[in-house]
Amino acid sequence: MLLEISNLSVAVGDKEVLHGINLTIDQGETHVLFGKNGSGKTSLLMALMGFSNYRITGGQIRFKDQDITRMPINERARLGIGMSFQRPPTLRGVKTKDLIRTFGGRQEDREKEISGLNMATFMDRDINLGFSGGEIKKSELLQLILQDPELILLDEPESGVDLENIKIIGRSIKKLLQKHLRRQRTKSGLIITHTGLILNYLEADMGHLLLDGHIRCEGNPREMFETIQTAGYEECARCQR
Amino acid sequence: MSEIIKEAEAARNKQGQHGADVDLDSFRRDAPAHGTDPDLTCLSDSEMEHLAGVGIVAAPQERAGSFILKDHSPVHCSMGQDGVELLSIKTALAKYGDLAEYWWKAVHPGTDKYTAQAALALDDGYFIRVRAGVKAALPVQACLFIGAEGLSQNIHNVVIAEAGSELHIITGCTTAPDLHRGLHVGVSEFYVQKGATVTSTMLHNWGDEIVVRPRTSVIVEEGATFMSNYVCLKSARSVQMDPLVRLVGPDAVTRLNTILVAAPGADFDVGGRVSLEAAGTRAEIISRTITTGGNIISRGLLTGHVPGAKAHLECSGLILADGGYIRAIPELDGRVAGVEMSHEAAVGRISQEEIEYLMARGLTENEASALIVRGFLNVKMEGLPRELADEIERIVEAFGKSVF
Ligand SMILES: Nc1ncnc2c1ncn2[C@@H]1O[C@H](COP(=O)(O)OP(=O)(O)O)[C@@H](O)[C@H]1O
Ligand SMILES: [Mg+2]
Repeated sequence: MLLEISNLSVAVGDKEVLHGINLTIDQGETHVLFGKNGSGKTSLLMALMGFSNYRITGGQIRFKDQDITRMPINERARLGIGMSFQRPPTLRGVKTKDLIRTFGGRQEDREKEISGLNMATFMDRDINLGFSGGEIKKSELLQLILQDPELILLDEPESGVDLENIKIIGRSIKKLLQKHLRRQRTKSGLIITHTGLILNYLEADMGHLLLDGHIRCEGNPREMFETIQTAGYEECARCQR
Repeated sequence: MSEIIKEAEAARNKQGQHGADVDLDSFRRDAPAHGTDPDLTCLSDSEMEHLAGVGIVAAPQERAGSFILKDHSPVHCSMGQDGVELLSIKTALAKYGDLAEYWWKAVHPGTDKYTAQAALALDDGYFIRVRAGVKAALPVQACLFIGAEGLSQNIHNVVIAEAGSELHIITGCTTAPDLHRGLHVGVSEFYVQKGATVTSTMLHNWGDEIVVRPRTSVIVEEGATFMSNYVCLKSARSVQMDPLVRLVGPDAVTRLNTILVAAPGADFDVGGRVSLEAAGTRAEIISRTITTGGNIISRGLLTGHVPGAKAHLECSGLILADGGYIRAIPELDGRVAGVEMSHEAAVGRISQEEIEYLMARGLTENEASALIVRGFLNVKMEGLPRELADEIERIVEAFGKSVF
């Protein structure tokens, strides 16, 4: 197992927002996380990444057979976890290129990815300052591509993105997750989506429904999305009872 | 002249409005004599390197003019462009009938004991005049250097940018690397005439027991622009200054940028005042300060006298270590209906969310903090020559690395 979350509880401030989550992702698999606003999806990703505001109050996270429950964020990143944020902070004065430069690799490879996402003009801008919703998503994705993690956590990668850019983003994610490979695929993903649009660009292996901090349903992501779309989240949760 | 002396005499013991009182008599007045150095050869390589750190280059051909004052002696003064005049202030006073129109016309000699001392015991300073319509292609550089232990240096500078001219002045203030104690008093009067643009960039690298009391006033006429960049990332004992920019002509514009760091033992009381006195005037004061254990009072005052005057003030402070304080004191003084003035002030630590965001990209906590601090100090300074912008970036980067 690449990622094993067992009985994980997470609190934000004094409030427990995730209650005993169990979820596993194997190498090469793409999972999708559904759920209403406020159900705890972002909290789960932030806790996996190790953000201090998301306090782990119980349970365990294992990644590549290591217990990473208390591991510092940057060590998780080094170990191969990367995340695209729903609402990343603005870093005043820090140019996007200053961060891009830290990823190493060859200059021309970096430039190829930058132009592939049409992000060249953003390099001299402060990170996320005045970026539109879609521009933030592209900037996040660019960083992830250069970081090249093995487990890719995407928090609503398509929300706020226009129809033209959604194509670019969809294709980039597909490539990032090595969907073109079959047997040798090493990349895995956990993707939060409301619109389901991303499912038009890549096949997902497994869906999970999060409601009020509990996993309420697991199954075929397309079927789950159909149910949510036609009958709502509650109906989707009912299927397992 | 006698009025000036009278006013100064009366203010001999008048404490400054802000900042710790300084015992002027505890500093030496007998400076060693230095011969002139037309080719900049008398400075050692290590001294030159030191000057490079405050934006002063040894190649006069890269500047429209170069002026170096060592202790009390103007050791070097060279000019490189027609219409750009650079003289020691004593030479200028002798040549131009005491500079009657400009001498002590923006700053009052009776302001406090520091202006009084500059009026009563002038050592020297620089005089720069750019003739009407002349655009200085390269910056003029002036270095004010203290090399003698315990010395006080009383400077008076006058800068005149005539109508439609353009000038960039780089002033590098520094002390000999091994110098301990000294006092720098500096009066500066800027006259930015109709449609002219002056950018004044000041870099500082003081010894850690240096006391600094600049007194600066700027008069900006119609359609003219005055930009100031004040950079002090190495320590000093005590710096107190509160330059005044008066926008007296319609559509005059100013922007004052300050970035500074207070190490343990340092006491900074720095600000900027802009008086908006004519229609269409615009002002911006930006200050970014960091304490690593020293004290900072960061002031800003905007006074709006006319409807439609627009100004903004931003004081941000980062506390990276305990032991000192940052007090941000932004003030807005609106005198009529129709002024538009605003301010934002923030004092705190580096945002944990920002650090963690960068850590999620693989940076260590220290790398992330250094990058954020660099960004914090990365104030947009317009019109800097490339190598100076690079130098400031280098200083900022070195600072970021040194604290984390
Ligand atoms: N920083 C925070 N401060 C207070 N409450 C928070 C914070 N972050 C999340 N929450 C709360 O935790 C719950 C889960 O939020 P989140 O994980 O963002 O949900 P989702 O991503 O599913 O919309 C919500 O009730 C939300 O209001
Ligand atoms: Mg969310």
